[in-house]
Amino acid sequence: MEFSRTKLSALVLLRFVIGWHFFYEGMVKILNPSWSAKTYLLDSGGFFKGVFEWMARNDSVMTVVDTMNAWGLALIGFSLLIGLFTRAGAISGMVLLLFYYLSHPPFPGIEYLFPSDGSYFIINKTLVELFALYVIYAFPTAHIIGMERFWATENKMKA
Amino acid sequence: MSQDNNKDKKGISRRDLLAGLASLPVLGALGYGLYLHSEERKKYSSNILQGINPSIPKGLPPLITGQAIRIGIVGTGGRGMYILKALGFVHPERIDEWNERAEKDKFWKDYIKEFHEQENLNVKVTAICDVFDKFAQRGIETGMNDFRNGAEGKMGDAPKRFQTYQQLCASPDIDAVIIATPDHLHVPVAIEAAKHGKHVYCEKPLSWTVEETFEIRKVVKDTGIVFQLGHQGRQTESYQVARSLIDQNVIGKVSLIEVCTNRNDPNGAWVYDIDPDANENSIDWKQFIGPAPWHDFSAERFFRWRCWWDYSTGLSGDLFTHEFDALNQILDLGIPHSAMASGGIYFYKDGRTVPDVLNMAFEYPKRDLTLLYSATLSSEKNRGKTIMAHDAWLELDETLTVYLDRSSTRYKEQIEKGLLEPGKPIYSYVPGQDKVDAITTPTEKYFAGRGLLYTYRDGKAVDTTHLHLREWLNCIRLNNGTQPSCDIDQSFEEAITAHMGTISYHEGRRTYWDEVNEEIT
Repeated sequence: MEFSRTKLSALVLLRFVIGWHFFYEGMVKILNPSWSAKTYLLDSGGFFKGVFEWMARNDSVMTVVDTMNAWGLALIGFSLLIGLFTRAGAISGMVLLLFYYLSHPPFPGIEYLFPSDGSYFIINKTLVELFALYVIYAFPTAHIIGMERFWATENKMKA
Repeated sequence: MSQDNNKDKKGISRRDLLAGLASLPVLGALGYGLYLHSEERKKYSSNILQGINPSIPKGLPPLITGQAIRIGIVGTGGRGMYILKALGFVHPERIDEWNERAEKDKFWKDYIKEFHEQENLNVKVTAICDVFDKFAQRGIETGMNDFRNGAEGKMGDAPKRFQTYQQLCASPDIDAVIIATPDHLHVPVAIEAAKHGKHVYCEKPLSWTVEETFEIRKVVKDTGIVFQLGHQGRQTESYQVARSLIDQNVIGKVSLIEVCTNRNDPNGAWVYDIDPDANENSIDWKQFIGPAPWHDFSAERFFRWRCWWDYSTGLSGDLFTHEFDALNQILDLGIPHSAMASGGIYFYKDGRTVPDVLNMAFEYPKRDLTLLYSATLSSEKNRGKTIMAHDAWLELDETLTVYLDRSSTRYKEQIEKGLLEPGKPIYSYVPGQDKVDAITTPTEKYFAGRGLLYTYRDGKAVDTTHLHLREWLNCIRLNNGTQPSCDIDQSFEEAITAHMGTISYHEGRRTYWDEVNEEIT
């Protein structure tokens, strides 16, 4: 896919900022051994409230959820930043964000203990980031700016 | 060959390298950010947690096995039925109702699941006594539901109904008595039970009058029965953590403790429903009156007995005692030097004699502190329990949060260096977690200030009344003189303190505790 300089820099920047966000969130959780999503999940709302609360109340499930969440965030962020397996990273990131969204959907009539940082109706920043990842997936740039370029080059040479 | 080699050399050009590794500086910046973050965290936790080891409740002691303990229950009204549930007995029709609701509502599904998972305490309900026929019948049907079944399911043996508590206490078919009567009957039943060598679990408050407080203490000590007063707050984990933090001087010198009751609905103000089947034929009114002044039959007085001094101990005995007992287990307060109370009937002008607003100040000059109780039955503003000290204040509920005081001496240096933020929570404890956290992230700070309502042990919701009964039963089975946490001495302190407040309210003067002669003056 051919990109103009503007398009390329816009897409790469978007990939970097999302990668940054994921990586930092993940690493902070990994560095804090007592971190757990338990309280957040206990505060769930919407259609899947029960599922998330079940997770929160089940200690062995929570161990898995916490580990996968923290490492998932860090690895997805890392992949987007360095530009390796970025399409897989984008898809996994979308799945993770979908979970966050479904646990706290900003639907009218649902109130959460943890206050929202803005006013939302159905669409919130989690959903916006989710769709931004869809853009990353649809317009991959890692073969131009990112480590995927090494393989891309090699493949081109072999062809 | 050589051509291929050339290609390989050219394969990754300088341009490729730059584009391929473009994110390295970004990663560097992020790494620096993470380094700053972890340094901050390290500084924070090393500053707060150094040398402090809060003791965290380490699960439950095992249930002592042995023969089933045979229970007689006096009073199978609201509280009596609740205690039966905590023992594992629920009316079969109630179970059917829960199952029906559980089909549509997940809350009830979890509720019934939790009930079925509640540990079997190995008790048999063998005797029931209630002055209202309908309650007694309901008690029998509940007591025989050994297998937690619905109406169609298998039942155990029906407990025997006794017409009077004296007959029940004399029965050879019971080992222990649970008392869930109105306040004015607690001591008469407890004394009767103890004199027959039956162990006693008595609902709070211990006593209705000052005199009988001394009597019951003597009888319990003389007979050596296992006695537990129904302050299930003894099982609240956060109180145990609070005690250990205060013991380790985390909050500094305590000068003021504020505890409160805030309710704002008829049920909370003791205006309970009157059963249409209640009348002079279905209620043994004379037995209900017992030691109380005579009054002609009144269904209102029967069901809403908490509203009259004739049967009740008012806010002081009914609700302040929970707060007092919580603080007494945390700080070993004991009986105060003096008490001063005021209040009135300001909202529920329904003929009641007990106040619906009550404020009481208890002085502890030897401890240099005041215990303040403030209650209203017509506002739900939750004020919680606050222990105020020079270095920090501690807010207590199911959860515990310690807030740093701006002018603290102990933490002065850390505050000046900007390592600790005054007015913000520095410790929090949420039941079910295995540790006390130093608070760092915004989420933690937020939740710490709120407090979640879930009480968990090993990931399961557990009823504190169940745990309190379990402790009592374990002491009975130990049979070696071990008394439960809310024993007769603790109960005595609870009752005398509450009476000092009540007398002060009645007489409009300060009351004092004469420690040497053990009397209220």
